[in-house]
Amino acid sequence: MTAQDSYDVAVIGAGIVGAATARLLGGTSLSVALLEARDDVGDGTSKANTAILHTGFDATPGTLEARLVARGYTLLGDYAAATGIPVERTGALLVAWTGEQQRALPALRAKAERNGYTHCELVDAGQVYQKVPALGAGALGGLTVPGESITCTWTTNLALAVDAVNRGVTLLRGHRVTGAEVGPAVTRLHTTGGAVTARWVINAAGLHADTVDRLFGYERFRVTPRRGELYVFDKLARPLVPCIVLPVPSKAGKGVLVSPTVYGNVMLGPTAEELPDRTATGTSAQGLAFLLERGRELMPRLLEEEVTATYAGLRAAIDRDDYLIDVAAGHRYVLVGGIRSTGLTAGMAIAEHVARLLRDALDLTPRGGLPDPPRMPDLGEAAGRPFRDPAAIGADPEYGHIVCFCERVTRGEIRDAYRSPIPPADLDGLRRRTRAMNGRCQGFYCGAQVGELMRTHGGAR
Amino acid sequence: MNEHVRVAIVGGGPAGLTAAAALARHLGDGVLLIEREQETGGIPRHSDHLGYGIRDLHRFVSGPGYARRLTAAARAAGARLETGAMVTGWACERSLEVTSPRGRRVVHAGAVVLATGARERPRPARHIPGDRPDGVYTTGQLQQLVHLHHRDVGRRAVVVGAELVSWSAVRTLRAAGCRPVLMTTADAHATLRRAGRVAFGVPVLTGTRVAAVNGHGRVTSVDLEDLRTGRRHRVPCDTVVLTGDWIPEHELARTGGLDLDAGTRGPRVDTALATSRPGVFAAGNLLHPVDTADAAALDGRHVAGAVLAYLAGGAAGGADGGAGGVELRCAAPLRWIAPQLIRPGGPAPVRGRLQLWCATYRAFPRVVAVQDGRRVGAARLPWPAAPGRVFRVPFTLVAGADPAGGPVTVTLDR
Repeated sequence: MTAQDSYDVAVIGAGIVGAATARLLGGTSLSVALLEARDDVGDGTSKANTAILHTGFDATPGTLEARLVARGYTLLGDYAAATGIPVERTGALLVAWTGEQQRALPALRAKAERNGYTHCELVDAGQVYQKVPALGAGALGGLTVPGESITCTWTTNLALAVDAVNRGVTLLRGHRVTGAEVGPAVTRLHTTGGAVTARWVINAAGLHADTVDRLFGYERFRVTPRRGELYVFDKLARPLVPCIVLPVPSKAGKGVLVSPTVYGNVMLGPTAEELPDRTATGTSAQGLAFLLERGRELMPRLLEEEVTATYAGLRAAIDRDDYLIDVAAGHRYVLVGGIRSTGLTAGMAIAEHVARLLRDALDLTPRGGLPDPPRMPDLGEAAGRPFRDPAAIGADPEYGHIVCFCERVTRGEIRDAYRSPIPPADLDGLRRRTRAMNGRCQGFYCGAQVGELMRTHGGAR
Repeated sequence: MNEHVRVAIVGGGPAGLTAAAALARHLGDGVLLIEREQETGGIPRHSDHLGYGIRDLHRFVSGPGYARRLTAAARAAGARLETGAMVTGWACERSLEVTSPRGRRVVHAGAVVLATGARERPRPARHIPGDRPDGVYTTGQLQQLVHLHHRDVGRRAVVVGAELVSWSAVRTLRAAGCRPVLMTTADAHATLRRAGRVAFGVPVLTGTRVAAVNGHGRVTSVDLEDLRTGRRHRVPCDTVVLTGDWIPEHELARTGGLDLDAGTRGPRVDTALATSRPGVFAAGNLLHPVDTADAAALDGRHVAGAVLAYLAGGAAGGADGGAGGVELRCAAPLRWIAPQLIRPGGPAPVRGRLQLWCATYRAFPRVVAVQDGRRVGAARLPWPAAPGRVFRVPFTLVAGADPAGGPVTVTLDR
């Protein structure tokens, strides 16, 4: 993809927020570029997420975040149904382990109601164990949040980006912004992929939003990467965890949760550790040990199961308690900063909010004849995956050719990923699009074969 | 789509192929072996060195040669070998859901033999922290890269683990032009340490664990920690091979609801290799992670007799089928024992041996068997018990157990 001379809008960052914003603006008559520093969309903070579709029940009432999460919950839920992003409506259960936590539950319910969420219910210890029999001993009671759901952050990001591209947005991968010259009519962005010129610039650079903000001459906030480490347990453990099990939040943060994933695994985490280093995406001995210790208390039986993967991701925490979204009309510049893990849920609502802020500056009248939203491969275990679909295999035998045995990924799906509007750039990109090599063997059986398919693009070329 | 067969064998490694050959001599093409890879042969396909076929074929051949011989024998006996087909689950008791490019179907079998083998634990399951660079492999992935796809690996490798398979990984690295600079194991004892050092010049660090893998993009080093002193040092390398630390590929056994053994993590079987479900049998390294390929093959031969007896209506089968029996257990330093059940009137186990795994090294181990507080057998063995390889104990050790008594526990005596 090459850059044309000038765009009406350049969006920096192709994570969830940037992709959702570019998609929305792509539905108008404006010309839009979506710039991504990395070689793939959703390869920064958006990929390493607990993948929970939040109701916003526990947000701070009155904040922008609270409003946009609640709105995003509906927007993304509907968009998921239209595009095939997997969502499982598992519900969540907050579990109180101490008297203090138990006494905090009614206040949490009241807070949820102030956020407009009225479906929480207090339950006693018996009901807690009825819902999650494998829970460790000592639970005193709980609070249900029936609307909390699990989804796939990778497919969400990809669907929004593909939709944007289908609507005519120019996606520029490998374009890390290194400088900005704000002129009287246009801004010239210097990037590692060449210069890009646009009338308006929207900064959705996630972990690097403060760095980009400084390029525009601002010194108003700082991103402190917060490392979250996660354990992913074998799919055979999934029956132990029928719903999301949340701790009662404390001053120290939201704490460690146990959750099913839409891929059929169980997740334990995350840790929360503030780091100076924005590239520290490795796991740590202390982090893993802490999670195992918490896991032993939360659900001892889970620790008897095999570990499939460990991940570490960086959340873009900032030094304030809300999203930081600001329009500088004089500079034709919008900052969308401080979007932490709730950004998965809120992304589409953030895009809507940004558009509302820009309605006097730009003509945002929707364009007619927009393409339908893309139909994404459903990576969810609850879906009819191709390997178990006789009609799909009958029409195309490549869907019967299983390459990744643990996740049952077929050659057909790998080929499709390479034929899609945004093909993977590397093995991790292929994993996020297909689940290939994400299973319990981590490549013992299929690693070499998947490597070959990467080289031939799954037979697509 | 539906299909009916006499016996369905899941997995075409040494155990499955040998079972298929033995069964097809009686049942011909009523035997269907289902293999998810494109070729049968299992792990020996990509273990390109000599040492295979000793106990079962009384030959000394290479892994790929062994895979070809077993495949040819099963085919010559009349078994149907279907490759590129994967059993993804159970439709009912002895019915399997199968996906292949030819379609999705259910195979209804008179008897099922699970021979799905074992795999090495990958890095996450070993809780090794650090970055996630390229260049970290299990032996299985390494050998497929090198021997099946002729790909380059790095130039300097650290091999984690010191089991028989670890030396197989060393051979593969050398064949690929990658220098194994160090082998490391948390155990105090390393299998073939001296012989390996002489043959390959690879030093072995025992009592050492991998504390971290370092590198963005590609591995640059590993941090090793001496478990006795806690001292750490960094070893530069561009390749890390995680060997051994096997776990049975037990998904079908679990999703099928078979009783599993907490020690082996494979299905619990009796000496005839019958699982807890009537008509469902198991063989090979799914039962004992891991023994050598020839031992897995001998399981295949052994299970064939039990399957034929079951099909003829002679054997009850099924550990919960009301037939009773004496349970076999083990105690530290022994980690697991297989089989786990002696049924009245059942056969002796494969080669008249129990298979066990020992966590520590003993040169001339004295094994004892205790039932209901009473010693029912004791023997000093002329071969060692060593971590990293199966420890065999004569079945006669437990022959004196009371068939109506409680569990028999096998352990080592000082």
